[in-house]
Amino acid sequence: MFDRRDLLKGAGLAAVATALNPTKALALDTVTLPFANGERPLVKYPQKRPMIGLTSRPPQLETPFAVFNDGPITPNNAFFVRYHLSDLPYSLDPDKFTLEVKGKVDKPLKLSLKDIRKMKATEIVAVNQCSGNSRGFLDPRVAGGQLANGAMGNARWRGVPLKAVLAMAGVQSGAKQVTFNGMDGPVSDKTPDFVKALDIDHASDGEVMLAYGMNGEDLPFLNGFPLRLIVPGYYGTYWVKHLNEITVVDNVYDGFWMKSAYRIPDTPNNAVEPGTAPKATIPINRFTIRSFITSVPDGAKLKAGGTTLRGIAFDGGKGIKEVAVSTDGGKTWTGARLGKDLGKYSFREWTLPVKLAAGSHELKVRATGNGGETQPDTPRWNPAGYLRNVVETVRVTVA
Amino acid sequence: MQRTVFLAVSFALAAVVGSALAAPVNYKTPDEVAAFKPGPNLEVVQGNCTACHSSDYINTQPPMKDRKGFWQAEVTKMIKVYGAPIDDADVGKIVDYLAATY
Repeated sequence: MFDRRDLLKGAGLAAVATALNPTKALALDTVTLPFANGERPLVKYPQKRPMIGLTSRPPQLETPFAVFNDGPITPNNAFFVRYHLSDLPYSLDPDKFTLEVKGKVDKPLKLSLKDIRKMKATEIVAVNQCSGNSRGFLDPRVAGGQLANGAMGNARWRGVPLKAVLAMAGVQSGAKQVTFNGMDGPVSDKTPDFVKALDIDHASDGEVMLAYGMNGEDLPFLNGFPLRLIVPGYYGTYWVKHLNEITVVDNVYDGFWMKSAYRIPDTPNNAVEPGTAPKATIPINRFTIRSFITSVPDGAKLKAGGTTLRGIAFDGGKGIKEVAVSTDGGKTWTGARLGKDLGKYSFREWTLPVKLAAGSHELKVRATGNGGETQPDTPRWNPAGYLRNVVETVRVTVA
Repeated sequence: MQRTVFLAVSFALAAVVGSALAAPVNYKTPDEVAAFKPGPNLEVVQGNCTACHSSDYINTQPPMKDRKGFWQAEVTKMIKVYGAPIDDADVGKIVDYLAATY
């Protein structure tokens, strides 16, 4: 796609330029995320509004949390961006784009974007959340992308069911998994390419989708243009971007990004004692249930009297049954009113009018899913910093 | 260069006919402005680490109690897991820089 030597040369030049002028800062502004070493630049990328910059190569952008108070759908230009490897298909030509379907199939396919758009389209509203969302809040801290709560978003995805494409190709008996590869790749041939796998039954469930549309528009480039995998209820690691290669395999795929990375402890709550290593691990899978207050930031000063708190909740696909809010640090809880149901994989809005007397208050929110899952009062911990879903607390001063 | 021109032309044509495939090609990211902090062996770090990622990957890591152990593990991971071609002689220098600077 482009010459790696140019990339290396460019990196070298960038390093020289910044070494010569270390105070140079083109960032629009900075924000400080609420954990140690949380200062980040606000950066402006094409097709994006100012976002919290985590890394520039590969680009990684976090959504400013205030966006989540604007409604249950996260705008495309505010949707978070996460990449692992730096060789992005920056100059791809959508008219020449080909999705290859191969492996244990009767009829290998090469589909153009036009071919895919001609198929019967479906839509689903679903949250995508980075496995490492909220990693910066872990105690003790762990290595990895140091994100606050903005590596998540909710969109209306449009595309075709993976099931339909697999049926066109004719999956052979003995198929165990389906692997997914995108056009982005490593800079060095020695770095494992980013390839993910789903069990064949999951891949054929009719919900897993190949999406070209997001909130009524084409996918933004940094969110996987022109085609990405949608795995409702599952962490974003499976939502392969710039998807151009689907392979049906008759074994359990053992590539690095499945076998070694993105693993969670094989314990009842997928957690271990903080600071310790798990004995056995499994691939990360469904979201844990979470809820947030979006209308009031931590540390806010409010006027005494009535106010309406609002926020969002979501889970791994059972759907939200109830959201309870406490204004006294968790001593008493009141059920919130749930907003419009956009589907079991979507953010669910909630609102609750409360009266706050003068003084300090700890506001808390806790969701319960249709499957009975709820949020813990103390955070779970695992070495990679995944699955965080502790009951969130917002401290406010009322006068 | 020819390819760039072709893409620009096809993009313009697609825009004219209003094709649904008219879409951003040649996506341009902003200039990389993150810089390594000054420190010992800075040039060794720049020469090795920036081939695959920008310096903010390092700069945003959390403050750890055992800095040397943390950064030794990270450098080892880059070599063993991600195949970074770092000379044995440079490993110690890179770890020293990271532990002293971040």
